[in-house]
Amino acid sequence: MQGKKSMRLIDERGLRHDGRRPDEIRPIRMQVGVLANASGSALVEYGKTKVLAAVYGPREPQQKFMILPDKAILRVRYHMAPFSTTERKSPAPSRREIELSKVIREALEDVVLTSEYPRTVIDIFIEVLQADGGTRVAGITASSLALADAGIPMKALVAGVAVGKVDGVLVLDVDEVEDSSGEADMPIAAAPDLNLITLFQINGVLTEEEVERGLSMALKAIQYIVSLEKSTLKQKYEAIGEEV
Amino acid sequence: MISRGLHGVIVLPGDRLDSRVEGKYPEVIEVNSLKIATLISLVSQRDDKLIIVPLKNIYMPEPGHIVIGLVESIGMVNWFVDINSPYQAILHVQDFLGRPFNPASDDLYKLMKPGDYVKAKVLSFDKTRNPVLSVQGEGLGKIVKGTIVDIQPAKIPRVIGKKRSMISMLEEKTGCSIFPAVNGRVYIECPNRELEAILVMAIRLIDRESHRVGLTERVAKFIDEERMRRGV
Repeated sequence: MQGKKSMRLIDERGLRHDGRRPDEIRPIRMQVGVLANASGSALVEYGKTKVLAAVYGPREPQQKFMILPDKAILRVRYHMAPFSTTERKSPAPSRREIELSKVIREALEDVVLTSEYPRTVIDIFIEVLQADGGTRVAGITASSLALADAGIPMKALVAGVAVGKVDGVLVLDVDEVEDSSGEADMPIAAAPDLNLITLFQINGVLTEEEVERGLSMALKAIQYIVSLEKSTLKQKYEAIGEEV
Repeated sequence: MISRGLHGVIVLPGDRLDSRVEGKYPEVIEVNSLKIATLISLVSQRDDKLIIVPLKNIYMPEPGHIVIGLVESIGMVNWFVDINSPYQAILHVQDFLGRPFNPASDDLYKLMKPGDYVKAKVLSFDKTRNPVLSVQGEGLGKIVKGTIVDIQPAKIPRVIGKKRSMISMLEEKTGCSIFPAVNGRVYIECPNRELEAILVMAIRLIDRESHRVGLTERVAKFIDEERMRRGV
């Protein structure tokens, strides 16, 4: 991959272009129950990446042909708002968005108890409000929170993070600059409570050793993000008492 | 470890539970013979037993449940009723009339139209077919007066309270009659509009704060204060 050599992504002190250490994630903010009309919703920020997820259902779909007799189907729509990028993005679903919708669906299907609700659909809408790298993994984190908020039974909470390689160094939670000029990008989602990896993609070239090291970096970060998810969900119910 | 002012400990999807916790599928699942929570729930101790109560769940109909349904649309010989579950319920007109349906003289639209509430019993349901309702029974049928308050189905037991403590307090303090249906709809009938408004606010308070300690007293205080302020 041809990286832009005009900009150094790792400086002489070993810090990244935004001052983070290679194994440091961006500040993460989470909020649940942000939309009143949805069964469950969440807003997740990974630094400047901002993603909204809304869950509807389980409900009977308008088009009955799609239902399955033994389980609920998950319908995921990952979409980037036209204003989410520096240059306007066409609001029509692109090839990339359709594919990401599929991989996000598969990352969540493993944990949702879909067999409890046969013949129904669970709709998950993921809207990227601001894109700065790692939107798919932030989308998975937001969806997992929104599903829990909706009261849909899940075996575990899922979270995601992307590992990249820039200037030959493995870095955690890549942003847009590192993603577009780096050598590789590896989005990972997992459910630490189940010891289960639900999403594993690699774009670029990494050695076997780098994949292993990157994976363990990501899993450690995911464990932390899931603990953040849990405290966010707990807070929603614990905060109620404090305001009275 | 009990959190401040809560009835117990909040557990989240994926949290491992104490093996003594009693809960049914799908609220509690077993993975590798370990009990795991699947919903945001509250684990609390009740008479040397650990019980788990979800803070939010989805209503699943069961034969015998008395539910409050909202008529959504009308078919040839039936109504389609929303019972706040993933599955739309069906109420047949023969059942409603208690006699065979005569298309020449009976008009479904005149009996019940979309937007009407109906109190009915779930006759049958097994997830392979949609639930069928019946209004044959005492107190069942179209709801003609009163108000419906929509709350979380998981909070209905809290509206009733231990040995009906909450509901009898509410009825006593407001003079309203209350029917909490398992599907998360509370039917209330009050002597006047002011009392109705107070009761609706009190039920919403229970919905919001169901998991906090000393709720019955707080709701009682709330009703007293509201009645004083409004002079009813």
